[in-house]
Amino acid sequence: MKPVAKASASVARITAVSHRFGKVTALDDLTLSTPAGRMVGLIGPDGVGKSTLMGLVSGAKRLQTGRIETLGGDMSSARHRAETGRRIAFMPQGLGKNLYHDLSIRENLEFFGKLFGQGRAERAARIERLTRATGLAPFLDRPAGKLSGGMKQKLGLCAALIHDPDFLLLDEPTTGVDPLSRRQFWDLIDTIRSDRPEMSVLVSTAYMEEAERFEHLIAMNDGCVLAEASPADLRMQTGTDTVGAAYVSLLEGEIASPIASPQAALAAPAPTNAKEGPPAIKAEGLTKRFGDFTAVDAVSFEISRGEIFGFLGSNGCGKTTTMKMLTGLTPATTGEAWIFGQPVDAQNLDARRRVGFMSQSFSLYGELTVRENLLLHARLFHLGRDLTARRMADLVPRFGLEPYLDQGAASLPLGVRQRLSLAVAVIHAPDILILDEPTSGVDPQARDAFWDMLTDLARRERVTIFISTHFMDEGLRCDRISLMHAGKVLVTDAPQAIIKARGMTTLEDAFIAHMLDAMPQAAPVGDTELAVTDTQETPAAPPRFSLRRLLAFTTREAMQVRRDPVRLVFSFIGSAILLLIMSFGISQEVREIPFATFDQDQSPESRAYLSGFEESGWFLERPPIGDAVELERRMANGELALALQIPPDFGVSVRRGEVAEVAALIDGTDTNRAGTVESYVAGAHAHVLAQDAQSALALSGLIAARGADQLPLASLEPRFHYNPAMESLPAIGPSIPPLLLLLFPAILMAVSVAREKEIGTITNFYVTPTGRAEFLIGKQLVYIAITLLNFVILTVLVVTVLDVPLRGSPAALVLGALLYAVAATGYGLLVSMMARTQVTAVFAAAILSVMPTLQFSGMITPVSSLEGPARIVGTLWPTTWYMGLSVGAFTKGLGLSELSGHLMRLAAFGPVLTALAVLALRKQER
Amino acid sequence: MRQFANIFWLAGKELKSVLGDPVMVILILWSFIIAVILEASGAGDTVYNAAIAILDEDRSMLTRQISHALGPPWFQPPVMIAPDQVAPEMDAGRIMFVLAFPPGFEADVIAGLIPSAQLEVDATAVSQAQLGTDYISNILTSETRAFLSGNPEAPDPALRLELRRAFNPNGNPVWFKSVSSLLNQLSLLTIALTGAAMLREREQGTIEHLMVMPLTPLEIALSKVLANVVVVLAAFTLSLMLVVQGLLQVPVTGSLTLLLTGTTVYLAAAAAIGMFLGTMARSMAQFALLVIMVIIPIIMLSGGMGAIESQPDIVQRLTMVLPSRHFLAFAKAVVFRGASLSAVWFELSLMAGLGLAFFIASLLLFRRSMSLSG
Repeated sequence: MKPVAKASASVARITAVSHRFGKVTALDDLTLSTPAGRMVGLIGPDGVGKSTLMGLVSGAKRLQTGRIETLGGDMSSARHRAETGRRIAFMPQGLGKNLYHDLSIRENLEFFGKLFGQGRAERAARIERLTRATGLAPFLDRPAGKLSGGMKQKLGLCAALIHDPDFLLLDEPTTGVDPLSRRQFWDLIDTIRSDRPEMSVLVSTAYMEEAERFEHLIAMNDGCVLAEASPADLRMQTGTDTVGAAYVSLLEGEIASPIASPQAALAAPAPTNAKEGPPAIKAEGLTKRFGDFTAVDAVSFEISRGEIFGFLGSNGCGKTTTMKMLTGLTPATTGEAWIFGQPVDAQNLDARRRVGFMSQSFSLYGELTVRENLLLHARLFHLGRDLTARRMADLVPRFGLEPYLDQGAASLPLGVRQRLSLAVAVIHAPDILILDEPTSGVDPQARDAFWDMLTDLARRERVTIFISTHFMDEGLRCDRISLMHAGKVLVTDAPQAIIKARGMTTLEDAFIAHMLDAMPQAAPVGDTELAVTDTQETPAAPPRFSLRRLLAFTTREAMQVRRDPVRLVFSFIGSAILLLIMSFGISQEVREIPFATFDQDQSPESRAYLSGFEESGWFLERPPIGDAVELERRMANGELALALQIPPDFGVSVRRGEVAEVAALIDGTDTNRAGTVESYVAGAHAHVLAQDAQSALALSGLIAARGADQLPLASLEPRFHYNPAMESLPAIGPSIPPLLLLLFPAILMAVSVAREKEIGTITNFYVTPTGRAEFLIGKQLVYIAITLLNFVILTVLVVTVLDVPLRGSPAALVLGALLYAVAATGYGLLVSMMARTQVTAVFAAAILSVMPTLQFSGMITPVSSLEGPARIVGTLWPTTWYMGLSVGAFTKGLGLSELSGHLMRLAAFGPVLTALAVLALRKQER
Repeated sequence: MRQFANIFWLAGKELKSVLGDPVMVILILWSFIIAVILEASGAGDTVYNAAIAILDEDRSMLTRQISHALGPPWFQPPVMIAPDQVAPEMDAGRIMFVLAFPPGFEADVIAGLIPSAQLEVDATAVSQAQLGTDYISNILTSETRAFLSGNPEAPDPALRLELRRAFNPNGNPVWFKSVSSLLNQLSLLTIALTGAAMLREREQGTIEHLMVMPLTPLEIALSKVLANVVVVLAAFTLSLMLVVQGLLQVPVTGSLTLLLTGTTVYLAAAAAIGMFLGTMARSMAQFALLVIMVIIPIIMLSGGMGAIESQPDIVQRLTMVLPSRHFLAFAKAVVFRGASLSAVWFELSLMAGLGLAFFIASLLLFRRSMSLSG
């Protein structure tokens, strides 16, 4: 093993590091050194800078100011990061945040193994060992998304340990996990550490009781270090008996609580008289199934007025779904619920006025200020101006919101945001308050204050409170609680009664006891099978570029696409339908031009002229026009595209041999159509004059007299190349696939990268030795393949359904499609570099590519006819060249050598676009 | 009353969230300023500016005179070409027409032998090929006649056809292009914005928060339609006045009030389509594919890129359900023909009806998607 950990006394040395996100300071001039070979805990609530610090130390985040040395090297050096990447493992915050939820446990671990260059046999051996040690072995083929929170975290740990890291960073690995799994998780970590004592571990947690297990603690608040010591020393320094209390006492030394504690209310006893009317909330046998998965299994309870009732359990145990059923957000599969004796009815707006709901995911409208958020909700509940003013005057000081009134909700500290959420939920003075995990991520002191407010509401205003939480100490503050696990209520009673009944001392122990009863087969974990690791050979220096890593991303992306076939089928069927509609729909022949005659002469000559005109077959005759007003009206309402006006003296002029005049009035609004109509009219006019034999009756004089003039002096012999029959389909058919083969792949590609950014799996790229090109091109290969598949489908349709034969070189077309696919996906990659969210990616990809693709690539107007900037855009757009190639190969029947110019130009786009995207991609998060 | 107030307050919130995102604002401005200018000024008339080459084996006065007459605005200034260049240039699509004069062309004309000039046409763009051939034929005839009579002015034919264009006398292609380009931007932005607003609220979970308040799905949906219509309408009005009327100098003949009214109706219909797609899609990727599937027909089959009459009957029937087709008909009538309400009420009511249908469909889907997301 590497000797580094023992040689240097600290695994990470942080000097004068500050980090900001816009106006918010996450870390403020932090200097710190974490000892090597130890288990170091970072404690403090959300938003104090723990995650930022971990991101910086692991190299996932980019350093702004200061210096960080991890494993003896400067983390601002890309070279050092590349070298240490294989010695560090980072598990980000959030359940299974860096896992691929649609892949199975085995597939996830295979992927991580490949990233570290492990061969097939080595991967298999490691996966077997790790999953056996963590108890995941029986579930190897289960998708990660279908695992419980505890199992997800174990899988995350396996993924982190697959390459025997020297430095393991775990960011809140147990938040939201049930108490039994939490305990098992820490036991597992202890086992690993006893196997590999030289490994350093940096871990953060929001549960203060867990912090007791760590060897060394760093207490953080507001971007600064409050204290640094072992748990025992910390307790001693502050004169407290738990780490939690020690932390609170450290905090109190720093800042004064901004909230006036409603002390008096706390003393009030819990209500025991529930005799007034029906219970506030009653549920009987509530069950919710999603497919074959039972989220909530026959849950029943009764909550009386003014009671604080708690649901205790891990993430995903069914707390949220139960609450959604109570609010009517989602219908129960079976069972029923009543609120104040009334069955829950989603349509009943009056019932909603009596309920205040604070959902787990709702984080207020960040773009509105505190005042605007409160006002918006007051208005939506129609409190009226006076009542709104009174409620605001009451709530704002009570929840300590005065200093923040005009601040945007998004920039508030989490604790304040939760207070605002609560204020919003009670603005209309509801009788029932349903709170879904309102305190997760809030610091202990703020949580305390929050509970004081809840107690105050319940005792003084008799508000019924139904709250869910995964903190045991909060459970103790409820009047009664239900312990929930895997959709079932294990027990419901007063918290102290539950503890006493199991003969335990803490609620957590009682909970675990109940869980073990409910599932006695709980997998044994933490045996010593992890120990074999040090027989592995030390890997050689990391190669700069690894095809295996690149293909690891390709394989993974391909698996993910296969798991979501809807998207794929959608784009194949969608493009096929579009091809057919567009090919038949866009016809360049203008036919059946609606026209009417305005014959002011009504002479035999005029009628003869007009009848010759109608014979031409291009026009669709409408009833003739009677007078000038009618002419104007019918042109103005768009009924006529053409009006043919014959002046009153037409016949006379013709007979006298004078120059006669016919006026054609063309609707000029659509200039394209007007141009075509103009040429048809001229053609029909010439046709009439040429038909001297038939129209001799009336026009003989005219034509005979002027015949010499009309004889051609020279003739023009047009030869229509490529499409001699002048049909639309051979011209349009081959030009539709180029549009579809750009738009669909570009958007799919852009969304695929933006999605990784949004859900957080991009962390795997940040903290592993993956290169930028390996990540992007690895993903790109999959979409290139999809594009080629789509190309085959569209080509078959063009040849069979549209009946346009491929006359030119198939090789050129296929090669062109390949180059074009690289260009389209490269463009998608480049767009995704601009976007941080999927919404922006979709927007940017659509808005920036639809116009040049449809308008400037020669589909209707040849690029050679475009002008100004449009021509430049057209020339620099890959569709132009593939369009030329597709039309060339299908309609013009050109071969490889004639198309080589197009191919060469097309070849330039993909690599350039992809290279730009690779250069724009950052290897670190900002 | 209550409902109106709810919609109003919710729409205010939507408005703030759209305008609070700088990327969105930039993309909106890009669409309505840069994109409209690019599209309107870039794409010409069908034969406008076609690339032509002359293969002159006669090198006479007459052939030079004819070549000279082939120029802007219909054609690009002709280039001289060698015989062996004809095929490669046409294969590459750089040249659409090659006019070839045989040796002795002028002499034959003078001798009254009616010689033939050959015209090689790239017929892959059908209408351009047809129109260009007609133009070249006319120019050839009139120039030859002028050459023979020694008079630069061609003599009057006995029966003269006077071609006049109503509503756009000079046939300036920018006019029509600017309106159809506005339509494209309106459609794309409104559909994408409204649909994304719907999806985002669902993905962030804030929709659940709204659903437990005393608000109906109708109010929530209408507030989104309202807010996005207001944003896009403001951008449209600005673009119409500053870009279309100002920079591109396109005259608006009809009533501006009527135009804005009709645009509002269309925007509501487009927003309803956006809502429909937003509630139908399960993920952002699916939504993106749906938007593309809808926007391509809207841009290409609404009459902006080819007349409606020339579509086959079955496609014409399909495009009847595109509100954009009726909007383009409406906008053309009002902007260029100065049509009044009595002339366009039918298009207006079609747009309103289609919008309503999409809106009702998305409301029905809305409830369903809520229960699925839970």
